[in-house]
Amino acid sequence: MSNVSVDATESAHNDNQPENNTRRRFLTVATSVVGGVGVVGAAVPFIASWNPSAKAKAAGADIEVDISGIEPGQLVRVMWRSKPVWIVRRTPEILEELGGHEDQLKDPNSEAEQQPTFAQNRFRSMKEEYLILVGICTHLGCSPQHLKDGAFEEYVEGVPDGFFCPCHGSKFDMAGRVFENVPAPLNLVVPPYQFVDDTTIIIGSEAEVA
Amino acid sequence: MKKLMCFLAFFLPGVALAAGGNVHLDKAPIDLSDKASLQRGAQLFMNYCLGCHSMKYQRYQRSFQDLGIPDELGQEYLQFTGEKVTDYITRAMPEDAAAVWFGAAPPDLTLVSRVRGEDWIYTYLRSFYADESRPFGVNNTVFPEVGMPHVLQPLQGTPTRTYEEQMVDGEMVKRYVGLKSDGKGSMSPDEYDQAVADIVNFLEYSGEPSKLESHKIGKWVLIFIAVLFVFVYLLKKEYWREVH
Amino acid sequence: MNGFLGWIEERIPLMRVANMHAIQYPAPRNMNFWYVFGFLATIVLVNQIVTGIWLTMNFVPTSEGAFASVEYIMREIDYGWVIRYMHSTGASAFFIVVYMHMFRGMIYGSYQKPRELLWVFGMFIYLALMAEAFMGYVLPWGQMSYWGAQVIVSLFSAIPVIGPDLVIWIQGDYVISGATLSRFFALHVIALPLVIVILVFLHIIALHEVGSNNPDGVAIKHKKGSLPESEKTKYEIHEYYTSKYDIADDVLPFFPHIVLKDLVAFCIFLAAFTYIMFFAPEMGGKFLEHPNFEIANPLKTPEHIFPVWYFTPFYAILKAVPDKLFGVLAMFGAIAALFALPWVDRGRVKSWRYRCGLHKVNLIVFAIVFIFLGYLGGTPQENWKIIASQVATVMYFGFFVALFLYSKNENTKPVPERIPK
Repeated sequence: MSNVSVDATESAHNDNQPENNTRRRFLTVATSVVGGVGVVGAAVPFIASWNPSAKAKAAGADIEVDISGIEPGQLVRVMWRSKPVWIVRRTPEILEELGGHEDQLKDPNSEAEQQPTFAQNRFRSMKEEYLILVGICTHLGCSPQHLKDGAFEEYVEGVPDGFFCPCHGSKFDMAGRVFENVPAPLNLVVPPYQFVDDTTIIIGSEAEVA
Repeated sequence: MKKLMCFLAFFLPGVALAAGGNVHLDKAPIDLSDKASLQRGAQLFMNYCLGCHSMKYQRYQRSFQDLGIPDELGQEYLQFTGEKVTDYITRAMPEDAAAVWFGAAPPDLTLVSRVRGEDWIYTYLRSFYADESRPFGVNNTVFPEVGMPHVLQPLQGTPTRTYEEQMVDGEMVKRYVGLKSDGKGSMSPDEYDQAVADIVNFLEYSGEPSKLESHKIGKWVLIFIAVLFVFVYLLKKEYWREVH
Repeated sequence: MNGFLGWIEERIPLMRVANMHAIQYPAPRNMNFWYVFGFLATIVLVNQIVTGIWLTMNFVPTSEGAFASVEYIMREIDYGWVIRYMHSTGASAFFIVVYMHMFRGMIYGSYQKPRELLWVFGMFIYLALMAEAFMGYVLPWGQMSYWGAQVIVSLFSAIPVIGPDLVIWIQGDYVISGATLSRFFALHVIALPLVIVILVFLHIIALHEVGSNNPDGVAIKHKKGSLPESEKTKYEIHEYYTSKYDIADDVLPFFPHIVLKDLVAFCIFLAAFTYIMFFAPEMGGKFLEHPNFEIANPLKTPEHIFPVWYFTPFYAILKAVPDKLFGVLAMFGAIAALFALPWVDRGRVKSWRYRCGLHKVNLIVFAIVFIFLGYLGGTPQENWKIIASQVATVMYFGFFVALFLYSKNENTKPVPERIPK
């Protein structure tokens, strides 16, 4: 584009000073660079304004849950970041059964990163008794049903309790681990959480390491 | 052309000055960069104002962060009714009761500084005086017949309109010399003025929290534009050299 | 032209259009300070649209949520306050720039033949801009938004027979309410911006068809074959122009010369704009009025109701006439008079540089009267102001009457053939 006028000027006036052209080129480049910096700077507020607002951050903050009232075998549902989070108080029978069907699981040792490090174990939890999971199927996002007292056996023989997703038939055990031959690829997510004391948990962040 | 511009340049400031006002307003001695003052003002506001007035467009946490108050301290000293630190600063008074108790619901104060101006609020809070004829026993020289009680009375005491005998043209005349406190408050007049200044400072901040950041960013933007201008000007001159 | 660009150019003439209108367009070489405002107006228009889009992402167009959503943008959206202030400062900047742009047209006779339609398009842009700004100011739903709307919309009740019903129809309710807010929102966000952009496009097409005027009002395009080779421009000008006219050497190509000149002006404008934005966005209550930081209250009328500064001259004219209907007619008449300028001015000499001294005085007095009317319309009423605004209104219309009278047989100076060196 600038070639058009450079040629025009050169034909218009015969004072062809080579330094003129170098100066011209330098100033054009320099101005363009400074101008470019300005454009980037001006874009910052527009792009930054898309970040989660204070309202979104407030709504997404950690929640505190009192787990003292949960009966053995009972599942309690809370909302965290607009997602359902399950807190299940597992009975000793359920805990024992967890080792009995590991050959039918896709990822029995939780190798995929679907949980914090403290939950990378058979029970996928900090304390064995309490299971905390994000209740969203890892296939396409429906919320699975909790089937207990033998109701799960029609889906997996010999496994009395588990989670069954009605949308496309995915199945998870009582540690949230996904079974083979179902559409869901991964174990259910374990959110970061911490025990404030024996009856209170905070969901959303892990305890700071001392 | 230049004459026209000069003419306009003289005229325009006059347009801006035409504001008009009735009561003389004292200048509020506030400094938005004085964090200590802002913190005192926040505490006074939460203790004395939040009972009736809300600040519902501002979240606690934003004020804490801008004033340099850690969340835990803020919750302990500045929050009294168990809200979360991310909640909006709503008033303690139930909404429907407000209008019934006071005639008109006490207005929200988030933006009061941008509506009234800091000088008005500073003068207003120091202009209450005893007046038996009013429901709460006080009136205000800046806002006559105001429905607000003198909430800061524990600090200032109760001022009264004071008259002095003065010799004018050979006669003893009773002259109005202003408001003087009965001294029963916990603060001296200077301390009270400072406390009010702190509240006004906090209100000024709350009206426009971005102002602190705005001046910082603006400075750099103007410097950048100056640099850009130099390059653009030189480039323009370079191409226009051959013209004329 | 080769490769990809050539493929495109065969199917849609991007390069040809760019050359014709933005690169090889012939511009007079004596364009001065008054000639930057068209470019600046386009910049401000882009600013308003982009920041407007971003504000719409978080603004809530209901009477319950509007005011709070503005504070939400100011406090809780990262840099929301920057975008808000860019928009509010831009609104006032738009009118400053547009008034300067219009005044340039008046002093250099840029409305005269063959640019009458160009001027008329410009006036339509001005009208659309006023409607756009008025509705935009209602959206934050502050006290001034509400009561300003109340006053201005109720003016329409002055129209005989249909007036009062018309007001209810405009409002969508028996008073200004959320119904009014939501329709003003739709008009402000998409309808009028579309109209303005189309009008600006037509405005520039109309300009390029007849060519730019200049401070001496001298023609830069001459009859084909009338100029000797030595006096023709050495710059590369598009053949759309060179095939129809001889282009004199009074001319510069739009790119890079005029673009660079405009960029210098842009830097100065940007410095003023950003200073106001970051250090004084309220401008003492002139750009953002103090009462508007209080949420709209239909039960509490503010002590003083003014429109924003750019409407105040017309507001003064409205108040100057004691009768409601005639006040409204006078106000619209003041704008209509500007529309009629190409026909009111019967002179043939364009630039005030070559016109009689009376014309220069007439123009300067007009500018002063306009500003004075703005002062009268934007400050609390006082007794002397009533007479003053009536005198000023007469003087405002007097400009057009005087111009009509003396322009027929005016004592003009001889206009040079070419732009003076």
